[in-house]
Amino acid sequence: MYTDKVMDHFSNPRNVGDIPDASGEGTVGNPTCGDLMTIYIKVKDDVIEDIKFKTFGCGAAIATSSMVTELAMGKNVDEALKITRNDVADALEGLPPVKMHCSNLAADALQAAIEDYKKKQAEKE
Amino acid sequence: MIYMDNSATSHLDPEVLREMEPFLKEEFGNASTFYSLGRNARKALEIARENVAALIGASPQEIIFTSGGTESDNMAIKGTAYKWKSKGKHIITSVIEHPAVRETCKYLETQGFEVTYLPVYEEGIVSVSDVEAAIRDDTILITIMHANNEIGTIQPIAEIGKIAREKGIYFHSDAVQSVGKIPVDVIELNVDLLSISAHKLNGPKGIGALYVRKGIILEPLIHGGGHERGIRPGTENVPSIVGLGKACSLASTHMDENIAYLTQLRDSLINGILENIEESYLNGDRNNRLPNNAHFRFTGIEGESLVLHLDSKNIAASTGSACSSKNLEPSHVLMALGLEEVAAHGSLRLTLGKENKPEDIPYTITSIKEAVETLRKLSPLWCSAENL
Ligand SMILES: Cc1ncc(COP(=O)(O)O)c(C=O)c1O
Repeated sequence: MYTDKVMDHFSNPRNVGDIPDASGEGTVGNPTCGDLMTIYIKVKDDVIEDIKFKTFGCGAAIATSSMVTELAMGKNVDEALKITRNDVADALEGLPPVKMHCSNLAADALQAAIEDYKKKQAEKE
Repeated sequence: MIYMDNSATSHLDPEVLREMEPFLKEEFGNASTFYSLGRNARKALEIARENVAALIGASPQEIIFTSGGTESDNMAIKGTAYKWKSKGKHIITSVIEHPAVRETCKYLETQGFEVTYLPVYEEGIVSVSDVEAAIRDDTILITIMHANNEIGTIQPIAEIGKIAREKGIYFHSDAVQSVGKIPVDVIELNVDLLSISAHKLNGPKGIGALYVRKGIILEPLIHGGGHERGIRPGTENVPSIVGLGKACSLASTHMDENIAYLTQLRDSLINGILENIEESYLNGDRNNRLPNNAHFRFTGIEGESLVLHLDSKNIAASTGSACSSKNLEPSHVLMALGLEEVAAHGSLRLTLGKENKPEDIPYTITSIKEAVETLRKLSPLWCSAENL
């Protein structure tokens, strides 16, 4: 039911961990579905220099987290903000329909991390 | 592959296949015909019926062949409800039933029946006094499973049956998970109706039986020729019925040795996991459970991911967790145990079979430990547990 791409990202997740002095941090989740993820970003000159994740969840939850870190790495924050749930699913060559809604939260976590970064920037100014 | 998902289904025993083969080939007769080909099929059918009856202490006339556990459950519950609705419209069941029972009860609620869903307590067992307290003047059926399909806990069927019998209420038990694995005797259990499925005891899929005690009357759900005493018409699936019969007679012959062997494997698995993996827990009563069932939960990880990691290590297991199934809610059985949703999601069911070897156990323990550690490194929940 999972594509090879999903299984690849599940078995060898990229960018696992946390960033202690992160510029932004976003957590989303839904305990009923059994998914919880946190994304950490390190931003310099509005570019995502480093990104890491931690995820509790099913195969799809882990694979989408890993994929979104790959998609966002090196991008300008405003560009990264445009990454959607569908972009993540497409990059993984599709997700089972039942997982599209519940376990496909990685883009939301990224957005939350970027919003957090922007809020902190605004506070500094 | 190490197959540890025998509660989902089990492999077809080669001896069962051998017994079925002639009936898939040259012995293709219709068991209702009078020439020798048909008589051979009839004879095989009746031998199978005797073997099924013998395994559960019934007489052969009390066995009705069905298409499996789901149909047996439907036949028992709807058949009772439709037949006796003029006497009353109340049914008692539990919150841990298989969907074949639960969804049937839910459906009957839309048809004007009232259903009481009894809770279970921490160990996953229904209380006999709860059953007694739930009985009303208009109760027509009590349906409580024998062994639970997720956590393997065994329910006090004989005691519940005694109460039902005294009150003259039909008593059905879904024994799909227990028949062939532990002794099941319909007289001792005081049941009127009992569901069996062949593929859980090394028989073929799509065949089962319902025990209908002499004197119990059900409304048929399907109508046709007079097969199976008119309760379940349709040309009999002779090869599969022969397979069910053989599976039952093998289970009966090897019952004691299988129980001893599986209990030993199960206990070394349970002890190994609980001793070697921190924050691992057993779900369901430690002793009052099927000899082949071990059901764990691990803090900080989710069950489906664990199953996928085990698959990559060639171990087939399953999760009570939702993400594996069509709906994403955590297992209703684990929630009934009073677990938090996140904890319920971190579960793993290992159901052993007689093909599992003693040396599979240490490999399985090591593999689970590695997988749990890998997933905990990814988990935001495990970090926070460490930091506390
Ligand atoms: C307790 C229980 N009841 C009923 C069933 C359904 O049996 P079948 O698959 O033969 O329809 C199962 C099997 O999944 C079961 O475990």
